[in-house]
Amino acid sequence: MLYAACVAASCGTAAFAGKADDTLNVAFPQEIEPLEYYKIAGREGMILAQHVYDGLLFKDIATGEIKPALAESYAYVDDTTIDLKIRKGVHFHDGSELTPEDVVYTLTTVSRPDYGARYGVTVNWIDKVEARDANTVRVTLKKPFAGALEMLTDVLPIYPRARFAKDGSAGMAAQPIGTGPYKLVEMTPGTRYVLARNDDYYADSPKGRPQIGTIVARTIPEQNTQYAELMSGALDWIWRVPPDQAGKLARMGNIQIVNGPILRFGYLTMYAAGDYPTSQLKVRQAISHAVNRQAITDAYSGGSSKVLDGPCNPAQFGCEGDFVKYGYDPDKARALLAEAGFPNGFQTVLYTGQFPPAVAEAVAGDLAAIGIKAEIRSLQYSAASEAWRKGEVPMMLANWGSYGVADVAFSTSFFFDGSPDDGAHDKAVQDWLNVADTSIDPAVRLQNYRKAMTRITEQAYWLPLYDFSVNYAVSADLNFQPSPDEFVRFYSASWK
Amino acid sequence: MLAFILRRAGYALIVALLVSASTFWLLYAVGDPAIALAGQSGTAADAQAMRELYGLDRPVPVQYLEWLGRTLRGDLGFSPFLNTGVSQIVMDRLPVTLALGTASLIVGLAVALVLGIVAAVNQGRMIDRAVLVFSVLGQATPNFWLALMLIVLFGVNLGWLPISGARDWTGYVLPSAVLGFFIMPSLMRLTRAGMIEVLSSDYIRTARAKGLPRRRIILRHALRNAALPIISIAAVQFGVLLSGSIVIESVFALDGIGRLAWESLKRNDVVVVQAVILIVSTIYIFLTAMIDVLNAWLDPRIREG
Repeated sequence: MLYAACVAASCGTAAFAGKADDTLNVAFPQEIEPLEYYKIAGREGMILAQHVYDGLLFKDIATGEIKPALAESYAYVDDTTIDLKIRKGVHFHDGSELTPEDVVYTLTTVSRPDYGARYGVTVNWIDKVEARDANTVRVTLKKPFAGALEMLTDVLPIYPRARFAKDGSAGMAAQPIGTGPYKLVEMTPGTRYVLARNDDYYADSPKGRPQIGTIVARTIPEQNTQYAELMSGALDWIWRVPPDQAGKLARMGNIQIVNGPILRFGYLTMYAAGDYPTSQLKVRQAISHAVNRQAITDAYSGGSSKVLDGPCNPAQFGCEGDFVKYGYDPDKARALLAEAGFPNGFQTVLYTGQFPPAVAEAVAGDLAAIGIKAEIRSLQYSAASEAWRKGEVPMMLANWGSYGVADVAFSTSFFFDGSPDDGAHDKAVQDWLNVADTSIDPAVRLQNYRKAMTRITEQAYWLPLYDFSVNYAVSADLNFQPSPDEFVRFYSASWK
Repeated sequence: MLAFILRRAGYALIVALLVSASTFWLLYAVGDPAIALAGQSGTAADAQAMRELYGLDRPVPVQYLEWLGRTLRGDLGFSPFLNTGVSQIVMDRLPVTLALGTASLIVGLAVALVLGIVAAVNQGRMIDRAVLVFSVLGQATPNFWLALMLIVLFGVNLGWLPISGARDWTGYVLPSAVLGFFIMPSLMRLTRAGMIEVLSSDYIRTARAKGLPRRRIILRHALRNAALPIISIAAVQFGVLLSGSIVIESVFALDGIGRLAWESLKRNDVVVVQAVILIVSTIYIFLTAMIDVLNAWLDPRIREG
């Protein structure tokens, strides 16, 4: 509708912001939580916070290599002990110099259970953190944990001790102080954040020197409004643009579409442990053959998205196995259903909390073709998730972003670990995953993940759908590289 | 009169309590706040940690009474989602909604009065019909559609006005035009009907017979008498504007309390939703109570009935 009106009136597109005043204007559809990293649940706030803070280490997303950041070097003393040498001469935005005390205080405080860090997995492996001498910090793990180095990157940013001790979590939210490439200079909590380049940023940072002077991040919930702002030149960057809209925006001249794969992947999970038709293997196999995943992927994701065979993202470490491939075959599905004792199908419900209802309707349509009448319940994420954990849900469409970490320890493992999220209750899978998640020997990890991933496909606990890709619509003046972990790095962006 | 005011205030208080208790209960019925707080990447263990940390594992009536007690002491609580005190969040956003509501009401009222008077003095003629068509359009046009069309015309093509946000007064022009157009029809019809009735009354005929200028008759004698029901309805419309501007605040990305309520509902941020509903319903109840009192003062029959 917007384009039709615009084309009829031949939209003028004068760029009056952006490159001309060295201000990158970006918009997110979701509200942006204040930048106290450990209390943020949404991706938008984390993205901005990674511009304000730095971690001890840094993960090079292109190579997967862990590089020094606020720590200039690190070493494993044994399976559960890591020593980190803190870099000298790094300053916080308030001018104070980074010391081991800042590191010890930050990590000790946020790993206390009563601190309430949003994501337990990021801190619950830390046993204790102590200063060894004037520039070394020792981190002791509760037990061996393969993801420890990964967690010591931007996932655990370092706060200045004096500020953090005095004002606490709410104080950091109200006025964040970090060492990062940008400083927060203005904020309306939830909806508007203005970041200014930190000209004193430390020279050896793996994040590089920030290029653009100012970043203004806003919440614009309505997509059509985002497109209008982008066309008028008042916005330079938006993301998660649906494939059909991306095609139209690409024709506007002053806008370029950048598509990139991300670690997030979608799946249909089937409750195997309870007393549902889906508790039978043959029914789960029938459902797996009934859904035309290629058509759904093409229609609702597009870009670089591909249909998945395994219950994980192929870009992740450990996403390997002799996956059973479930091709689209309604006849085979009907036969399997008859063998399972449901020659005429059955009635069931399909929950969705994260996928648009259209995807659920497409799946339900395919299931109807083999006689399974699935009533769609499109709920808020929290309500769908609550019902699943109570075992009240036979089938649910879900997706998982893996915290942006390219390792199945941060994805599939959470859903087959015997917790309320686990709908399979498969002891063998639980044991293999437990060994793989806690070992730091890559060979042992791979071997055990292989067994677990293979069995998950054999048992058809999940029907993997597709890996996600994201369309970014950005100003033609902007050099922008997408990242597969959904952490947008504006500090690496520049004007053409 | 005092007894009437006290009775009215008592009813208002009961309504406010019922509203707050039912929304509290409804928020828990639509989804677990702890799971929402743990986020879409939160595991069952994360949700449990949130439940214990923020006391969300206690029975809902206990949590409600605790909330009520705190609120009565003037403490609106702390939003774990925004990691900020609720009073500050509301104070950040309320001025935007109040400004939008006031501007929309002025736009709607100004257009409605002019058109209503023009239609009334030209009753039955072409111009009266044209005004009626215009008001039907105002009632029938979906306001998000009108908003997008105005954005394309004035924001994208002409570049005269900002498309979204309210950094200064220019950001309010398009949204208040849309909302003003939306509330205009009922006010216009009321003005027209009131003016037609008043213009045919005896004292207007007397004024005409005395040879007073037409303009003076319409504006000083007729409009004053037709204005009272218009003011009543305008006050109610103001309440509607405060609570009903969610769509327009979203389209124009205005950081008002309508959108705050919507976003908080989506993430089960119970304390913020409660605070917004409490404030909006208090303003609404206050406005309607004021109108009742005003009407009672003007018309003794209401007081006694």
